Amino acid sequence: MAIERNMSLTGQPPVSINTTQKIGVLIGMAGLFILLLAALGVDLGSAALWLTISLTAITAGVIIFAKGAYAHKLPGIKNDGVWFKSMSSRGVLGWIAGIVLTGFYIILYFYAGVLGLGQGVDGANTGLIGLFDPLSYLLKGSAASEWFVYGTLYTIAILAFGVKFMWKYKHNRYEQLRTISVMFFQTAFAFVIPELMARLNSDTFSLPYNDIKLMWPLNYYAFDQWRVDQFINAQNIGLFFLILGIVTIFVISPFLTYKYGKRWYCSWVCGCGGLAETAGDPYRHLSSKKMSAWKLERWMINAVLVFSVVMTTAVISTYLGYDSTKYWFTKNTFLISAGAFLVIMFAIVAYFKRDQLKNDAFKGAVIALVITLASFVAMSYLRFHEIQINAAYFSFGLNTNTYGLDGAMRTFYGFGIGSIFSGVIGTGFYPILGNRVWCRMGCPMAGILGIQQRLFSKFRITTNGGQCISCGNCSTHCEMGIDVRSYAQKGENIVRSSCVGCGVCSAVCPRGVLKLENDSLEGRINPTEVLLGNDVDLMDYVNNKNAS
Amino acid sequence: MEEHIVIIGNGISGVTTARHIRKLSDKKITIISAETDHFFSRTALMYIYMGHMKYEHTKPYENYFWKKNRIELKRAFVKNVDHANKQLQFADDTTMSYDKLVLAVGSKPNKFGWPGQDLEGVQGLYSYQDLEKLEKNAPNKSACNRAVIVGGGLIGIEMAEMLRSRDIPVTFLVREKSFWNGVLPDGESGMINRHIKNHHIDLRLGTNLREIISDENGRARAIVIGETGEEIPCNVVGLTAGVSPNIDFLRDSGIELGRGIKVNRMLETNIPDIYAVGDCAEQHEGINGRRPIEAVWYTGRMMGETVAQTICGNPRQYNPGHWFNSAKFLDIEYQTYGWVFSKPREGETHFHWKHTDDTKCITINTEAATGKFIGINNFGIRMRHEVFDRWLTEERSTDYVVEHLAEANFDPEFFKHFEKDIISTYKSQAVTA
Repeated sequence: MAIERNMSLTGQPPVSINTTQKIGVLIGMAGLFILLLAALGVDLGSAALWLTISLTAITAGVIIFAKGAYAHKLPGIKNDGVWFKSMSSRGVLGWIAGIVLTGFYIILYFYAGVLGLGQGVDGANTGLIGLFDPLSYLLKGSAASEWFVYGTLYTIAILAFGVKFMWKYKHNRYEQLRTISVMFFQTAFAFVIPELMARLNSDTFSLPYNDIKLMWPLNYYAFDQWRVDQFINAQNIGLFFLILGIVTIFVISPFLTYKYGKRWYCSWVCGCGGLAETAGDPYRHLSSKKMSAWKLERWMINAVLVFSVVMTTAVISTYLGYDSTKYWFTKNTFLISAGAFLVIMFAIVAYFKRDQLKNDAFKGAVIALVITLASFVAMSYLRFHEIQINAAYFSFGLNTNTYGLDGAMRTFYGFGIGSIFSGVIGTGFYPILGNRVWCRMGCPMAGILGIQQRLFSKFRITTNGGQCISCGNCSTHCEMGIDVRSYAQKGENIVRSSCVGCGVCSAVCPRGVLKLENDSLEGRINPTEVLLGNDVDLMDYVNNKNAS
Repeated sequence: MEEHIVIIGNGISGVTTARHIRKLSDKKITIISAETDHFFSRTALMYIYMGHMKYEHTKPYENYFWKKNRIELKRAFVKNVDHANKQLQFADDTTMSYDKLVLAVGSKPNKFGWPGQDLEGVQGLYSYQDLEKLEKNAPNKSACNRAVIVGGGLIGIEMAEMLRSRDIPVTFLVREKSFWNGVLPDGESGMINRHIKNHHIDLRLGTNLREIISDENGRARAIVIGETGEEIPCNVVGLTAGVSPNIDFLRDSGIELGRGIKVNRMLETNIPDIYAVGDCAEQHEGINGRRPIEAVWYTGRMMGETVAQTICGNPRQYNPGHWFNSAKFLDIEYQTYGWVFSKPREGETHFHWKHTDDTKCITINTEAATGKFIGINNFGIRMRHEVFDRWLTEERSTDYVVEHLAEANFDPEFFKHFEKDIISTYKSQAVTA
């Protein structure tokens, strides 16, 4: 179509970049090039010096690029050309970025040796990971791992692109505060504090690496035996963190979600969300808004949630069975109480929210509950770790090991959900599928918070009477693929489980129609047939007619 | 067999009519358009050119919607309405019969007989085809060294914003001595003037177009300004001096026409079973101070909602509530509730507050004798439609409105609030007045 030409990088405004931006790209690329050289095994000399230069250059490059893009412009919406630029419209650059990111994740997860992990004398690090050793020693007093390298780069991405995002939204305090928040939580809670706490570990005292803001089921390994044991063995402080983790899941998180919606976590605290909102921002408009994508999303995310509940329960029940002196629960009391908890929750929801549950949602919930309970029953009768699975059947003969069923499930979850979905697809595919594909389709945490948000939360996006002109900016730039316009043009509040409250729909609306709000539960969901502005009697007539 | 309702025009008015008829009945519905296969949001055309959206994003309903709701779509140009035989004639000489006909044919850009107004490179910005033309005429700043926009209204400023997104130099000719000041009070209009200049748009106030000069190939190459005779070289001329109903094909149809298609409060034309809605409909008299022709998105939608009731056997008058509207001038959002005129009418006073950053202001119109609130214009601050609609119905005083302004605030969370400043300015002006 003539009006949708795709201009190249060297094209005209708004696609072309100015001199400042070019300098930014050059400096940032130089920083990445140093990392590449290290990864290729080039001996750079002082790791501390070159690491400092590299990380400084990457950060400075992004910030200089942002300055070139936004500093000279008046405050306002800065989406000019996002559908023309090769990088942000699935053009050649977008695909290259996607392939490079995906490749990085595959190497990181499965071939850390390639990056130099333990490849030197006596298992010392070389290559890229070796380059990060000085920083690792500085923070936690031990050598770097691939996860330390990843954590450092991840944090730098959130910080540098966070600055860019804040510049882009210099007129919008909601966006700015939210970004400062994710930058803070990533740097302090996910990176610096856990690494410093690792210093406390000794032969007699050891805490697992603990990102305080990361809660189950996003960290699916939260209740693995080694982790729980480590916490319990670390006595008071370990017990504190274990209990804090449980309280967060069952008390703090539901309360905050009730007050503010799931955004308190997904777009203010979460690290996955933090990366999506900063480095992933240029790709937010790529999420699919089709009804079919929404249908897929509802099945996918809830299936992952069921799987993660079943798997976690299975993991806990296996080790509860072994040692009844160490844990308060035995296997069967645990399974029965978990099942009872779910049934009671379901009954409460089904009774009090019966008018809000559409038929298909109710059906889906019943199926999910039945599968979960059946799994619990199976766990109580079967000893999962004794069922042997030959991986050859599932790996086209590539892997001929046999695993216990519990181990196999955990491996599958860790590999399929934890690595492939959240990392390789979730982040690697930013430039193709949009920046929130993991949060939307695969995150079990988002699944739980979403159910809470839809049913028990004061949060909604309010629409402003009859002002909507159906332009579609809101839907286009919704990273979660919500068709915001379909509600706004009916004057209906947006109450969707997937909404992470990023606030961009409200920001890009040219008519001031959308506002993220926490208000009373009364009238939160307000289907209307005729918008404000028309004859009042007619509104009553039509709305009553549809209500009866 | 069910009645066949034919709707000409697939804009907001025609599509709303069709949707509501479908909600209320099983009638056979056909929508005819010469413009596009599917309904899209005309207001979003600018964002396609600016690269914020693609054409597909401007469609409020996915393509499956029409079949699912049994609304037939026909891409054709109607050249004649034969109401005696209840039949439409298309440009290709085929025909279609109807039982009831809804005319929702929208507008076309105004041209005022300027010399050179039909040259290549001279265009309005209304239809999808206009957007295609602009993409051809002004793809980038190498192909278009300068564009001149004639007409200081809402489409003119949008067109300037579009061209500036591709860094194309823009000269903006505005006949009035200040931007849109036939509608906006001076304080607001002046603020927008400055905002336009801050966007590096060459704004020429109090300036008329004399003629558009052609090159040897029949393309616009320059314009001449009426007042000074100055010649401004350009490749594109945007004519944005308003729109008028797109009714030329109805001239000999027997349907009563004025500037638009004349309708009564039931949105019926003089011919039985023919209705008109949206931009093309002209009331015999304006309703509650509104203009007889309202080329506004939401009035088109409301007329569609109303006429659908009438067609489905619940006869209703078109009865719009309190006036409201909104727009965006580059980076500054504008909303209005109730009536605020550029100059206070007899017996009215204006209260004006402007923020020192020169991007936010409000004007409140008050009935001087009673202190009754008549309307508000707000720039750079979002206000709640529902609250102002209620205050207008309750006939609140301006004192009350100013005091409770925070209730109506619709800005995003954590935005700075200005109510205190507004209240203290209001009080100090009340004392000095």
